[in-house]
Amino acid sequence: MLIIGEKLSIIAKRVREAMMKKDKGPIQEIATAQWKAGAGIIDANIGPAEDGGEDMMQWMVTTIQEVVPLPVCLDTTNASAIEAGLKVHNSEWGKALINSTSNDPERFPILELAAKYNSQVIGLTVGKGGLPADAEERCGIAAEIMARAMEYGVSLEDIYLDPLVLQIATTQDQAIKVVKAVRMFQELNDPPMKTVVGLSNISNGCPKALRPILNSYMLGLLMYEGLTAAIADPLEKEIMTTVKTIDVIMGNTLYAHSYLEM
Amino acid sequence: MAFTPTRETYSGKVYPVTVGTGDSAITFGGENVLPFNSFEGSTPNRPLVAFEIQDVPPSDWPENVQKPFAGVSDDPVKWAKYCQDELKAKAIALRLIGTHPDRENRSPEDAVKTVKDVLAAIHIPLIILGSNHAEKDSSVLIAAAEAAKDRNCIIGKAQEANYKTIAAAAMANNHKLIAMSELDINLSKQLNILITQMGFDKERVITDPMCSALGYGLEYTYSVMERIRLAALTQNDVTMQQPMLGDVGMYVWKIKETTASEADLPQWGASEERGIAWEAETATALLVAGAELLIMRHPRAVEAVEKIIEELI
Repeated sequence: MLIIGEKLSIIAKRVREAMMKKDKGPIQEIATAQWKAGAGIIDANIGPAEDGGEDMMQWMVTTIQEVVPLPVCLDTTNASAIEAGLKVHNSEWGKALINSTSNDPERFPILELAAKYNSQVIGLTVGKGGLPADAEERCGIAAEIMARAMEYGVSLEDIYLDPLVLQIATTQDQAIKVVKAVRMFQELNDPPMKTVVGLSNISNGCPKALRPILNSYMLGLLMYEGLTAAIADPLEKEIMTTVKTIDVIMGNTLYAHSYLEM
Repeated sequence: MAFTPTRETYSGKVYPVTVGTGDSAITFGGENVLPFNSFEGSTPNRPLVAFEIQDVPPSDWPENVQKPFAGVSDDPVKWAKYCQDELKAKAIALRLIGTHPDRENRSPEDAVKTVKDVLAAIHIPLIILGSNHAEKDSSVLIAAAEAAKDRNCIIGKAQEANYKTIAAAAMANNHKLIAMSELDINLSKQLNILITQMGFDKERVITDPMCSALGYGLEYTYSVMERIRLAALTQNDVTMQQPMLGDVGMYVWKIKETTASEADLPQWGASEERGIAWEAETATALLVAGAELLIMRHPRAVEAVEKIIEELI
């Protein structure tokens, strides 16, 4: 189970301030903590970054990779910032991951970048027409993204399909449809398509005490259905406990009494 | 149409372990494929076979395996030199069996003298084994590890009951460590975790999942070894990537098939050949299961196993 560490997001005050001041300290500290806790990729969310996005993304990628031997997930809607980040990304520890493309024509240039820089890309199963209603609609959009990707020369093995996790507090019926979509996505190709979710969105807007509980149980169900990766907080103890425990139950790692400490 | 073998690729690899010093140092392990499947990846080192000797004369060994060492086995130094110089042993495993409270009950000081004398006489790597008495081994192996300081030996065996002291002694004196659990893959992993949590480098551990002889539960050892190796290679489990030990000789040379005389069981054939074949076959099975280090007794069984390794590698 691959955890994409989500802590380096412009939404967080401490991260935003460090980004504005180009202060490497907090960025590197948070990146290192996520790596040590078990993250396999570090997400760098710089927001829409309309001004100076290129510089910002390059600074983030190099700042992170100075201290952490992991690939970076380039998270912004600004395509030229993504390209700037890809140019400096060190792929010694794995390919960069772009977050994200979708079935919206405005997001197609992202596929061109993924092909040009041989990186991986998240395919968010939404189109121009708004949010998908159910698992079947998500699969229809996924198939279109896959076809588009092949057209641009992106290998299907480099795509992570994202069913778009919605808030349980506002759209409760969507939660189980997302779980079902993760199962169905895998059947769209052989070898199975990779899948990813933005996990914490499930508990967005819920009381703080409930969030780790909702995130963990949702993750358990998704892992059972074969989820490849989750954008989540590896510093949240419940998340890594869930990942390790479900991996043990599913036979992906060998049990030992101290398995949680590994 | 030409036959193309299916190739598996693995995400993990076995740690290479180097023992001994100078020109006689030897490395085993290091492969990233299942045993002898070198066509799928790399097997940089041969499995290592060590000759077993002990600190007291081998009166408990069957006659057929005492015979090759007649005239030398009354003295561990002569015995070790004979294995090194005449039998061309690549490593020696010195079992301090005489320290067992139910045997000669030799003291840690006696063990120190034996270890020092043997080390002074040989240049090939040495494996220092206790008597497998968890409590006595703690004191004996601490003293032995210190006596062998910086000779890069293998010390063993650390078990659940005594791993802390033995691992600390191995760590303080720059040795490798054998971690033994009793035929339980989960406990084997657990012991490796506990040892590394003490600060012991995981790449200096050798796993002993506990041996058994052909006909006496070998399939359990085989299966545990195979599963450990699969966890190491397919799941990239860093707690299970140590080379594995098959402590073959002591398990083989006590069973009926290697001890019963021809007079008692004429239908079983020549007793000497029978014992040699039994040891060689048990060892070969464990090599195929994933063992990289074997401790064996009979020179002709070792010869047979070296030949098999040569052909398979």
